[in-house]
Formats: sequence, C-alpha cells, structure tokens
Amino acid sequence: MSAVVTDHEHDHEHHDHKPSGIKRWFYTTNHKDIGTMYLVFALIMFFIGGAMAMVIRAELFQPGMQFVEPNFFNQMTTVHGLIMVFGAVMPAFTGLANWMIPMMIGAPDMALPRMNNWSFWILPFAFLILLISLFMPGGGPSFGWTFYAPLSTTYSGDSTALFVFSVHIMGISSIMGAINVIVTIFNLRAPGMTWMKMPLFVWTWLITAFLLIMVMPVLAGAVTMVLTDKYFGTSFFDAAGGGDPVLFQHIFWFFGHPEVYIMILPAFGIVSSIVPTFARKPLFGYASMVYATASIAILSFLVWAHHMFTTGMPVAGALFFMYCTMLIAVPTGVKVFNWVATMWRGAMTFEVPMMFALAFIVLFTIGGFSGLMLAITPADFQYHDTYFVVAHFHYVLVTGAVFSIIAAAYYWLPKWTGNMYDEKLGQWHFWCSLISVNLLFFPMHFVGLAGMPRRIPDYALQFADFNAFISIGGFLFGASQLIFVWVLVKCARGGEKATAQVWEGAEGLEWEVPSPAPYHTFDTPPVIK
Amino acid sequence: MTKTRCLRWSLPTLLLAATANATDMPLNMTKGVTEISQQVYDLHMTIFWICCVIGAVVFGIMFWSILRHRKARGVQPAQFHESTKVEILWTAIPVIILIVMAIPATKTLIAMEDTTEADVTVLVTGSQWKWHYKYLNTDVEFYSLLATPKEQIVNKFAKGENYLLEVDRPLVIPTGKKVRFLMTSDDVIHSWWVPAFAVKKDANPGFINEAWTRVEEPGTYRGQCAELCGKDHGYMPIVVIAKAPADYQQWLDGEAERIAKAKAEEQELLAMNMSMDELMSVGERTYVAYCAACHQPNGEGLPGIFPALKGSSMALNDMAGHIDIVLNGKAGTAMQAYAKQLSLKEIAAVITYERNAWGNNTGELVQAADVHAVMQSKGE
Repeated sequence: MSAVVTDHEHDHEHHDHKPSGIKRWFYTTNHKDIGTMYLVFALIMFFIGGAMAMVIRAELFQPGMQFVEPNFFNQMTTVHGLIMVFGAVMPAFTGLANWMIPMMIGAPDMALPRMNNWSFWILPFAFLILLISLFMPGGGPSFGWTFYAPLSTTYSGDSTALFVFSVHIMGISSIMGAINVIVTIFNLRAPGMTWMKMPLFVWTWLITAFLLIMVMPVLAGAVTMVLTDKYFGTSFFDAAGGGDPVLFQHIFWFFGHPEVYIMILPAFGIVSSIVPTFARKPLFGYASMVYATASIAILSFLVWAHHMFTTGMPVAGALFFMYCTMLIAVPTGVKVFNWVATMWRGAMTFEVPMMFALAFIVLFTIGGFSGLMLAITPADFQYHDTYFVVAHFHYVLVTGAVFSIIAAAYYWLPKWTGNMYDEKLGQWHFWCSLISVNLLFFPMHFVGLAGMPRRIPDYALQFADFNAFISIGGFLFGASQLIFVWVLVKCARGGEKATAQVWEGAEGLEWEVPSPAPYHTFDTPPVIK
Repeated sequence: MTKTRCLRWSLPTLLLAATANATDMPLNMTKGVTEISQQVYDLHMTIFWICCVIGAVVFGIMFWSILRHRKARGVQPAQFHESTKVEILWTAIPVIILIVMAIPATKTLIAMEDTTEADVTVLVTGSQWKWHYKYLNTDVEFYSLLATPKEQIVNKFAKGENYLLEVDRPLVIPTGKKVRFLMTSDDVIHSWWVPAFAVKKDANPGFINEAWTRVEEPGTYRGQCAELCGKDHGYMPIVVIAKAPADYQQWLDGEAERIAKAKAEEQELLAMNMSMDELMSVGERTYVAYCAACHQPNGEGLPGIFPALKGSSMALNDMAGHIDIVLNGKAGTAMQAYAKQLSLKEIAAVITYERNAWGNNTGELVQAADVHAVMQSKGE
C-alpha cells in the first residue's frame, strides 16, 4: 500500500499478561482474541446452519414427504437463513475486522475494547435462544427468515417471542461492533495513514459499519412491531386495525437490502487485498474502488422494493426501483473490471487464497448477472419466489461472501498462527468446494425457471431429477467443508513456519509484524510516509 | 429434452428418484400462452444474452490473463494501476446497455399493469391453504382445493401425473377475452401465480391487487402459491382451464345452476334428520379435506400451534360454542370461518364427527337445523 517505517521491535513479552484458560476468553479485551472467538463462533454456526440445509436437501431429494413434516421443514428453512446470515457470515466478517483492521491501520487495538468483549459475548446467547426455540411446543420460527407479517404475527407460534428477543440481541451486537469499527478507523489510524492510503478492506468495512448502524435499528423496529402486533394488540401490519401487511415488507427490506451489501462489501475488500498480492501488482483503480463501494452503499438504500414487485405497487414505483436496481450493476461492474485489470499483466501464482478469490470473482459475477435479470420487473414476476432467486442469492452469499471469508482465512492464517497451512489439503478443499457448490446451486436456476416455487417441502414430479442432483451437490459441499476444519486444526497445531511477509507479493502493515502476530501490536504507532 | 435425459443416465443414483410418471422438465422460462408472457420471455432472453456476452468478455480476459500472466512463465509484473480513460469507458458502456434494456422492460411493465376494460372479472381470495374464486356480477363462486390424495404425498400410492398440481374445481376462463383478477386474502399473504400467463400477484389480507390476462388458446394451465403462507404452502396449487367463450358460458350457467340447486337442497335439509352413520361418513370426508391440515387426522392438533380436538372441552361439552367457532372462526387465530366454505350438511356432519371420533364419544348428533339455528341467532 505505502512505504512503511516500522518502529523497532518492542519487547512484547512483558505486555502479554493475560488470564489463563477459559478466563482469558471471557475477560479478554484483546482484538485478536475477540477476532478469533468471532471466527470460531461463525464456523460453528456455519456447521449448525449447514446441518439444517442438509435436512432441507434430504427432504427435497425425492418428491413426497420422507423425513420431516412441512412445519418442521419451514422451521429448517427459517432458522437456516437466520443462522447463516446473522450467525455465520456477519460474525465472520466482524471477526476479520477485529483481527485485521487494527493491524492494517497501525492501531494497538480496537478503540472500545470492553464494548468489543460485550458485543461478542452476547452473541452466543442470542443464538442459544434462537436454537432452543426449536424445542418449544409447536417448534421454532417457521415463517421464513424474512418473517413476513401476518404469518409471523397472528398466525405464528409462541416461539416468536424468543425469535424477536434473539434478533434484538444480534442487532445490539452488530451495532456495537459497527460503532467500534467506525471509532477505531476514525481515531486510531497511525500517523500518515490518510483516508486514501487505507487498505480497501478497511474502507469497505468502514462503509459496511455505517450501513449497519443505519439499518440494524430498522430491523429492531420491525421485530418490535411484530412483537407488539402479536402480543399487545397493536395493528401495524393488520388491515383490520388500520395497518398494512405490506408495510412490514417495506420496513423489512429497507433493512434487508442494505443488509445484503453488509454481507458483500467486506468481501470486496478481502478480494481487493488478495488479488494484488498474488498478481504481484498494485490494485488497479484504488480510488474508483472506494467510490464504487460508496455508490453501492448509497444505492442500496434506494432499491429495497425490488424484493416486492409482486406485492402490488404503482407503476411509477416499480419503474423507480427497477431503474435504481439496474444502476447498481454499474459500480459493481467497475469492481469486477478493476480486479481483472489488476490481474492483467501481473505475475500470478495460485495459492489457495487466490483460488478462492478467483472463484469469487467468477461466481459472484454470475450471481450479479442473475441479480440484473431479477431487476427487470416484468421478468421478475416469473422469477420471484422461485428457485431462480434461491440460486441467485446463494451465488452471491455462498460463492460470494462465504468464499471470500474462506479466502481470507487461508490468506491470514499464517499471520494468525505463525504456521503455513497445508497447501495440498487446501487445494483439495478448494476444488471439492468449487465443483460441489456448482452442482448444488447452478441447477437451481433451471428448476426455478421451470417454475418450482421456493420454500416448499414437496414438489411436482417434473422437478424430481434436478432436485436429486442438487441434493447430492449439497451433501458433497457440506462434506467438503470438513476438509476446511481439518486444514484449520492442522495449521493451528503446527506446520512450516511462516515469515512476517508470508506471501511474496503481500504489502501492508499487517505483513510488517512477525508471524504469528504478537498479542500486542503497534503499541507505538508506525509512521507511514 | 435430451439434456435432462443424459443427466439422468449419467448419474445412476438419480434412478432412485426417477418415478414412473416423471415428466421432463423444461430448462428455460416458459414462453407462456399470452402476448404478455411472450414479451416477458423475450425480455428474459435479451437480458440473459446480454449477461452471457458481458460474461464471455470479462471471464475471457480474466482466463487469458490467468493463462498468460502467471509467474510460472517467468513474466515480470507490470506496475500500472490507473487509467482514467478506461475507467470512464467501463462505467459508460454498462450505463448505455442498461438504458437500452430498460426501454422494452418499461413498455412491457406498463402493459402488464393496465387492467382497464376487462371482459370478465374474477375475485381471487387466498386462505390457508386453498383458493376461492368468485365471478363478479354472477352467483358463481367456489373453493379450489388440492386434489392429490394424502396417500400419494406420504408415498403410500404411486404419484399421479399432475402430483401436487391438481385441484378439485379449476378456475375456468374464456379464451380471447381480457380477464381481470382481483386478489385478496382471508388470512396471511399468498401469491397467485400461473407461469403460462406470466401473472404473479400477491394476495394481501385487507387489500385488493389487480392483474389481468388474455389467453388465446384453450387449454389447462397450472401454477402454485408463490408466497410462503404457512405449513401447507406447498399444497395450494392453481389450475386454470381456458375454454372457448361459448363453452365457458355453458360452464358458467351450469355452475350457477349447481349452486342454486345446492342452496335449495339446504333448505329442504332443515326439516330432515340424518342418521349417525351418514353424518359420520360425510363428516370424516369433510374433516379430512378441511380440518385435518391443522387439527391433524388423529384430532390431536400440533401442540403450540393448532389445538387438539380430541378430548377438548369444547368438543366434549360446549356444542353451541363448537358450532359457532366452525361457522365464524376465531379472530386472531388461524381458525377460519367455514360458514361460506361448507354446506349446512357438511358443517353439521363435521361437528358430529369431531364430537364422536377419536374417543370423543359424546353420542351427540348435530343436524343441519341446529347449525342453521346458530346462524340465525347470530343474525346471518
């Protein structure tokens, strides 16, 4: 990124007093410990949410009801979505932010370390509440992760109260995490680290954090209104009392659309870090990357109703949301073009982080294409609420967000553990994931175009072959992630020692500190020229 | 389609899933049978090919770069990292492509939303988990329920050709006429979708949405509810039969006559008493079709969501309350009002059934006249 004068190495040992055993993790205010906890938590949630996906795919393997009841099936789709969004992807990005942002901007820690501890430690309780709600009489939430009223109000079971409470806690955690990121970036940048010298991961996270503090309160409002409609006789979403069920969707998607960018902007930052490293060439169009990220964030507030074209809205409204949505393709395209231009005439090598980053670029773009198709309102009437949409958002969320998180894990693992991961196993993980994820999600496009609605536990016979195929892809993708755990455990326990720079083409402050990164880094800020 | 066939042969495991009646799945969006659905298909293909071309160019350059610009070939990395010209170019070109795309999309959308000058108007009402159709300005109205037997769903019987896409009473519309649909719902949000017409519109409780279609070819067209509406969301299909106007009129007159006859029979029934056996057999049939989805075939309900009828104090003691809740539903719950969904005979029979099945042996008979009396007392 920029020329760096590191301070001479301090004697880190005497800073390193921390409680031992479990207390270290409960009491820690260290950004690296908290980052690790976020990442481990996200991984556990990824497997719990993944197990639910396996239940869904097992039931859909054949037509007819095989393993579960429709009501339980709906609980699985609902809780799978909630866990993957709020429990896996968002905490994983927060974990990466915790670990990397202070090291990237030359700060000793996050600006609000005690709040940092708190924002992590309320999270396990939020998900505990959500998961135990599955064991209530009547089961857990079964109205989809989008919890449309009045299905989630008048017509839901009593687990709704637990659902609302757990979403509140998740929201508080996210808001605290976001405030911490903003305060850290504004106040703790090392001298000379000007705005336009910040690594893109820092930029994208800064913008993400602003999105978070703007929309998480909206989500909190939505769940609170669901709670009062259900239990306290209000009628926000009940026409009989003067409310409007569609109002719920407006509120939800005013949160929900920026939310999808919350889950992808940090991914852009990760890929923008990895591609230049392995192309051994500076990122092309740094400034335009920053502006594109900001434009996407602003546009994300103007497109929410493209999730609602079938709810019935004035033509003028539909046109406005269609045009704004199409417009998002422009800054997103700029990003993809910049990555390709970064690779152009570089000197590339293809270690696992680069492989996942390349897969991200191609597969996220495919998700972007289907997103552009979905923006065309008349065509959206045919795509909406079918497997085409399921394919679309899994391409941007799994091969987009999740692949970027995996890429980041491989990229920074040597920095975290001091050991190189097993390259061969990593490549196995990559190729197994790449093939199986496409077996899983690509055929969903066809199933959706052929007319299979989403969120159904059983389907017409014409969809049988494709669904069996998709399920096999799903099982393989699930199994492939066990290789990842193997790689992580192996790397944590030992391996070839990593150098400070780790990767030949790596540049930036995090590569100036030794590997593994000492418990405290940049006690004295580095000076950046 | 040959493609699906190879797929099936290449993966022997899939043979497990292949059923005797499996039909081949189309691999693309349907062109449908209306002018609008054809336009939608064209838009879909246009944007699809635009994406393909952009994808081919971008991925082509990327893979070329991956092949040529690799360290293993001993290349030295270039150091350029900016070009305002290129940046402007690849911002402007997508904008132009999008404008070109937006024009036909706008035209089609405006045409789709123009519901004026309709020849026939049908009020479509969703409820958990069935559709109700009412032909405005006539007396014709009916519920349309899933016709696939439970035994097929739980894999006891072989699945039929139209598994989950068949109903007891399809919607019938005339060909060549503009048919307007008014959509609403009695409970949660549903979405009425027939792919062949490119019509998908949400049915929102308390509000009315509009859509329209004009089908030229007679035929049977199938769709499904597209908005998650609770437990049996997967079991509320839509079947529309388009008939030539004369056939349509004949069908409509027949329906009007059938409905008038049923009403007359109801009046006669008031004076008659049915036997326990008759009530129980009609009651069981009605229960399975209308009640078992929530209260379960064994009457035990689903704890926490749908109350049990077996051993419930209402089914054992409170007959008036029992008749009232079946007729009028219970506000704020999933319990619907069945007064207009079922005949007096069916309501009497199903209440008798609920009070005598699963060990609820009250021995009490409910006759059509009893139900009628409760209706009258409520001022219906």
